[in-house]
Amino acid sequence: MRKVRKGISAVVYRSCKAFNHDRTRILDILRKVQTSLGCISGETMEMLAEELSSHRVEIEGLVSFYSFFSEKPKGKITIRLSDDIVDRFAGVDKVAKVFSDELGIGMGQTSSDLNFSLEYTSCIGMSDQAPAALINESVVTKLTPQSARTIVRKLKQNPVTSNLVKKKGDGNNADPLINAPVKNNIRRKGDVLLADRLPAEAGLKKALKMKADAVIQEIGHSGLRGRGGAGYSTGLKWELARKAKAKERYVICNADEGEPGTFKDRVLLTERPDLIFEGMTIAAYAIGGTKGILYLRAEYAYLLPYMESSLKKRRTAGLLGKNITGKKGFAFDIRIQLGAGAYICGEESSLISSCEGLRGEPKTRPPFPVEKGFLGFPTVVNNVETFCCAARILDKGARWFSGIGTDQSTGTKLLSISGDCTRPGIYEVPYGVAVTDVLDMAGADAPAIVQVGGASGDMIGRSSFHRKISYEDLPTGGSFMTFNASRNVLSIVDYFLEFFVHESCGYCTPCRVGNVFLRERIQKIKNGLAEEADLRYLKDLSNTIMMTSRCGLGHTSPKPVLSSIAHFPIVYASLTKERTDGRQASFDIQKALEESRRIAKRQSMIYDPVYGEAAD
Amino acid sequence: MKKRIATVSLAGCFGCHMSLLDIDERILDLLKVAEFDRTPLKDLKKFTKRCDIGLIEGGCCNEENVHTLQEFRNNCDVLVAVGACAIMGGLPVMRNAIMNSEDPLRECLEEAYMNSPSVYNATNDIPNDPALPLILDKVYNCSEVVKIDYQVPGCPPSGDTLWETLTALIKGVPADLPYGLIKYD
Repeated sequence: MRKVRKGISAVVYRSCKAFNHDRTRILDILRKVQTSLGCISGETMEMLAEELSSHRVEIEGLVSFYSFFSEKPKGKITIRLSDDIVDRFAGVDKVAKVFSDELGIGMGQTSSDLNFSLEYTSCIGMSDQAPAALINESVVTKLTPQSARTIVRKLKQNPVTSNLVKKKGDGNNADPLINAPVKNNIRRKGDVLLADRLPAEAGLKKALKMKADAVIQEIGHSGLRGRGGAGYSTGLKWELARKAKAKERYVICNADEGEPGTFKDRVLLTERPDLIFEGMTIAAYAIGGTKGILYLRAEYAYLLPYMESSLKKRRTAGLLGKNITGKKGFAFDIRIQLGAGAYICGEESSLISSCEGLRGEPKTRPPFPVEKGFLGFPTVVNNVETFCCAARILDKGARWFSGIGTDQSTGTKLLSISGDCTRPGIYEVPYGVAVTDVLDMAGADAPAIVQVGGASGDMIGRSSFHRKISYEDLPTGGSFMTFNASRNVLSIVDYFLEFFVHESCGYCTPCRVGNVFLRERIQKIKNGLAEEADLRYLKDLSNTIMMTSRCGLGHTSPKPVLSSIAHFPIVYASLTKERTDGRQASFDIQKALEESRRIAKRQSMIYDPVYGEAAD
Repeated sequence: MKKRIATVSLAGCFGCHMSLLDIDERILDLLKVAEFDRTPLKDLKKFTKRCDIGLIEGGCCNEENVHTLQEFRNNCDVLVAVGACAIMGGLPVMRNAIMNSEDPLRECLEEAYMNSPSVYNATNDIPNDPALPLILDKVYNCSEVVKIDYQVPGCPPSGDTLWETLTALIKGVPADLPYGLIKYD
């Protein structure tokens, strides 16, 4: 007899059925459930576990890991304010206050009628138009207290988020499938990625006329290195994946652009989806891959319909599927996997975990993904920009590409520039460009602090502005934030640590605990209570975290601390002071006793000198 | 000149002091080169002279602990945090986990004296004699309150570990602590 399904049970069943009860697609299933029910309660988890032959604890592990899922009921409309340092300096707190007052709920709360939830979220990739927010999947940018008030009033009248778009953005942002007020802010076009009228599919056509080995050789000769930040040779990566013995191979595009202050992939995903897919197809041909996944961060879900339609067009045009462009035996297809709000998933092994429907925790290496990656098959994971470059290299040749940039950093780089400057946005510059030139281009306002490479990058001061953007000097995955002299170095460092404390997956102790300790110590310094010994402590602890953490997050999270100490020694020196009494200035006995005095209704025999005398 | 040693147990269980007694007959050798000043081993509650070495067991959970620790810092040249409680709070620090409460300290006291299933407290009184030192808002480890020179890990550190530590401190050389003595997993 067929079971009659109602309510939650029906939603769970439908959501699982939509993905053929495939355990690896659980992120999509949870997303569907979260959207339909507003939460994934304990009861729902039980049902999901049964439906997917899993265990409740596994489902609960996923729900608690990804910030876009929640066990408690969320409002029909969830407003997520981007809490990046650039947003903070742009006044997101004032905007937050208006949202909070108008909705009558605090940050992190849901209204009692379950219509609205309000919360902060990590950088949503809109630093060039800060402060910004996600309202369900729609993006709103350049918020002011006034516009926040209007948004709430509109949503109260008509809770449809697409109505909020008054003025559409430029380029494909105005496409009905995207329909976003987001501006591309492309300020400088280079020859490789943002040039006008790129010849469509030229790279792919040339690649398919070559032997797979030759394609890899061409990429190798071009000197192309990963654009995500780590800078591993793309040619070598592809070669290793091709050589690994396996039945299947996978190509994954990392579009989980979560590094604070990075938004260049947003523009490529909006304006160059075909170039990305072309690059992925070339990679698949080169390594002998049959399936591809583009892992799109949840914050960019507004781009999903447009990208899906691009994929569809490619299938119709014979650019995906079987016998691509008529090449017998070459079959490849791509699906888009939507993330669910976790910075760590930008790390390649965590990204693979996430694609497999697991918590986005890093995997132990070796084996590296090129040997055993997605579901144990050899997998190439490359950044969005890397795939675009690969497609262009196959079209124009390795020599053309390596002619741009420096010896060890060939080609151009997309920089996402934000912060205190008049022209924030996307700049395609050749590698080897000096920081000072970049600052000039962006119209930086009296730059004093520049953060190159996001939270996990380097913080430099004026004395280093001659340095060059390149793998050998100042590497960056794309983030470039400039701050003027009115900004507090320690507030910036504190923000980055807060970010890492929040985004650490918690698997290994050095990262989970170490970052908390780093932050405590930075706050001690910020409050003027530190001594020189605290700086030594920070350096020691930073080295321990970098040396003993399991993945890139812990390997780089102390960088803001170390680079700010190295480049802004005067700031630290002015805030630390030698103390000779042997006491810790950060320990405040009066504060530590406050609550106790209140509860015991008496004063301290030791620390209240007037005890007894002041009795009235 | 003999080195002077002071010891104290703050928010600890005296386990580290018991462990110190595990140096057994070596205590006679120790007394040839050192003497004890303020220590529960001699029941001496005030410093008689400035000391070379202070051994601290336990962290700070009340104002008296803080006061004692500050006295030790004022009167000892070298201060050693001995054992898990002194270094990071140990068992007492578990009460710091009550943090999502509006009134964490009250919740902690009520749990300890009224609500815990093993408590029989017919009058529901929470001890509040004026002679009792006030409890701190949370448990602090020693290095949060004063500067600490050395830490000896362990719960408790073994007699051998403490022996090696004391010998090294008295001789003024780095302690020779083989991995086996400081490995606790």
